[in-house]
Amino acid sequence: MNPIIRLNEITKRYGGLVAVDEVSLTVDRGEMFGIIGPDGSGKSTLYKILATLLKPDKGTATVCGFDTVKDYKRLRTMIGYMPERFSLYQDLTVEENLSFFASLFGVSVKENYDLIAPIFGQLERFPSRKAGALSGGMKQKLALSCALIHRPEILLLDEPTTGVDAVSRGEFWDMLSTLKRKGITIIVSTSYMDEATRCERIAMMNKGHILDIDTPSNLVAGLGENLYNAVSDDMFGLLTQLRSMPDVIDCYTFGATLHVVGSNSFNSDKAMAKLLVSGHKDVKIYPAKGNIEDVFIKLTRDERE
Amino acid sequence: MAIFQSLIKKEALHVVRDTRTMVITLLMPLVLLLLFGFAISTEVNNIKLLAVVERHNDATRDILERLRVNDYFTFMGLSAASEVERVLRSGEADAALFLKDDNGEIKSQIIVDASNASAAQAITGYIRGVITGATTFDPIINHTLYNPQMKSSYNFVPGIMGMIFILICAIITSVSIVREKERGTMDLLLVSPVRPVTIMLGKLVPYFMLSCIILAAMLTISYTVLGLPMSGNVFDVIAISLIYIVLSLSIGLLVSTVVDTQLTALIVSAVAFMLPVIMLSGMIFPIDNMPVILQWVSCIIPARWYTEAMRKLMIEQLDISAVMKEIVILVMMTVILLVAAVKKFNSGK
Repeated sequence: MNPIIRLNEITKRYGGLVAVDEVSLTVDRGEMFGIIGPDGSGKSTLYKILATLLKPDKGTATVCGFDTVKDYKRLRTMIGYMPERFSLYQDLTVEENLSFFASLFGVSVKENYDLIAPIFGQLERFPSRKAGALSGGMKQKLALSCALIHRPEILLLDEPTTGVDAVSRGEFWDMLSTLKRKGITIIVSTSYMDEATRCERIAMMNKGHILDIDTPSNLVAGLGENLYNAVSDDMFGLLTQLRSMPDVIDCYTFGATLHVVGSNSFNSDKAMAKLLVSGHKDVKIYPAKGNIEDVFIKLTRDERE
Repeated sequence: MAIFQSLIKKEALHVVRDTRTMVITLLMPLVLLLLFGFAISTEVNNIKLLAVVERHNDATRDILERLRVNDYFTFMGLSAASEVERVLRSGEADAALFLKDDNGEIKSQIIVDASNASAAQAITGYIRGVITGATTFDPIINHTLYNPQMKSSYNFVPGIMGMIFILICAIITSVSIVREKERGTMDLLLVSPVRPVTIMLGKLVPYFMLSCIILAAMLTISYTVLGLPMSGNVFDVIAISLIYIVLSLSIGLLVSTVVDTQLTALIVSAVAFMLPVIMLSGMIFPIDNMPVILQWVSCIIPARWYTEAMRKLMIEQLDISAVMKEIVILVMMTVILLVAAVKKFNSGK
C-alpha cells in the first residue's frame, strides 16, 4: 500500500535540546497509528511538524504526497489537528466553536454534519453552553468535532485522552474506530500504554527517537523475557531486595505488583525461599504475561546498555 | 471575506463576554477623562483668605471688595493680626493679606501657607494680581493665549487620549493574541488554510473599531462636558488619532510576538509603554522641565508627539500644517513598528 505519511530522518532542536532525533517512519492510508511515549519524548513536536506548524531542522516529511514545508498550504485542508489540552475557545459556546472552525476551512457545519454526528450527538443537547463549562470528556468530543468538521483525510490527535475519565476514554477509542472505518487515517499519541493495543501499529518513542515500530501483538510477542509477577507484604523492601539479586535483570512496579525480569538462571522458587528467609511474608512469585509497558521498559533499558 | 467576518465576530464575542475587558475598554477612558477633567486639577480654587487691615481707606475697601467678588477666593473676613498664625496653622485659612495705609500709599504683605509650594505660588500671584489691579493705573497686561482661564482639563485631554490608546490597543490586543498562544488556539488558527496576514488582521481590526468608538466617545465628552472649543480642525484631530491608534496596535502586535504568557504581555505593555507614556509624554510633567537625558528619551515615546500634536490642534486651534513634524514622526514610528511586528510574526512560524 502507498504510505500516506512518510517521515525521513526528521530532526528538530530547541536550542541545545534535541526534541526529535532522526525520526523515520511511514503510515499507510486508512491506518490507525499510535505514537507511545512518556511526556517529553518528542511526540508533540513530531505532531507540530506533521501539522505544518514547525519546520524540521533536518530531514523531510511528506503527508498525502505533499511536503510539509513546501506545500503546507495545500496540506492544511487535508489535516485535522487536535493539539494537547483540547484547544477550544472557552468563552464561546459549543455551537459557536464548531461553526467558527467550520468557517476557517470555508465549509458549513451542515454539509459535513454526517461525519461528526456520532461524536457531536451528545453535545447537541446543549448548543449554547460555553466550552469552558464542559466536562473533560465533552471538551474532548467537541475538540474532535472541530478537528473533523472540514472532512480531513488525516486526523492528528495529540494525547486526546489525557485528563479524561476512563469511561469517556473507552468511548473515544470506539469513536476513532468508527472514523477509521470511514477511511480516515488516524495518528494518535498517548502516554497510557494500555491504550496502545487499540492501534494497528505503534511507534515507541523516548527522548526524541523511535525505539521500535510494529503491531502491538508483535511487540509483545517479541519481548522474549523471563517475566514474573512478585508480591509480598512489604512491596518496597521486596523491590530493593529483588533488584540486588544477581540473576534479576530488572524489577519495577507494575500496577499492584512488581514485574521481575529474570536472567536464564533465575529460579522463582529459589528466589521466594531466599526472600522468606530474609523476613518477607506472603511472598509470591509467578510467571507473568508481558504487555506493551514491559516492551517499552525493555526497549529503554536496551537503549541505555 | 466570510472567513474574515467570522474572525471579527469571534473576537467581538471575546470582548463582549469578558466583563473585565469591557469595563476597562469602555469605562476607563471616560472615567479618566472626567476624573482629570474635573476632580484633578492644577488650578487653585476656593482660596480661603483672611484680611488684616490696620486702617481702612477707599483703596483698602476697594481691594477687599474685589477679593470678595472674585471666584477664586472665599473671603473669610477681617481678623486681628495676632489671630493670623493660629488660623493659618489650623488650616482654616490658606492665606492672609495685611493692608496698611502709609500716608495715602497702600502697603501690603501676603502671608501664605506654603505646605503646598505650587499652590502657594499661585495664591500669591492671584492676590498680587488683585492688588495691582486696584492700585496701579498702569498694570502689566497679562494675556494668556489659547487657554485664557488656564483650565487644566484642556491640558489633560490630549494626554489622556495618548494614554488610553496605548492602554486599549497595545495592552488589550497583545493580551488577546497571547491568550490564544497560551490556550493553544493559535495553533489551530495557523493550521487552517487561512493566511497568517488574515489571522493578524482579524485580530487587529476589531480592536481598531473598538478604538474608533472610544475616540468618538472621548471627543464627544471633550467638546461637550469639558467644553473644549470645537473648530474646523476636528477632522485633523481624528486623522492623527487614527494614525496613533494604528501605531498602538503595532506595539500590541509586536509585544504579542515576543512574549508567551498573558501575564508577561501585561507587564511588558504596562511597564514598557504605560509608565513612560504617563511620565515622559508631557501629559503631567512638562518636557521642558526634565533633565536633558530624559528629554531625549521622551523623543522615542510616540505619546509625546501625539500629545503635542493634539495640544496644538485642540487647544491652540492651529491648522494641520503646524503639526506636520509630529505627523511625519508618528507615521515613521508606525511604519517601523508595523514592519518589525509583521516580520517577527512571520518568522515565529
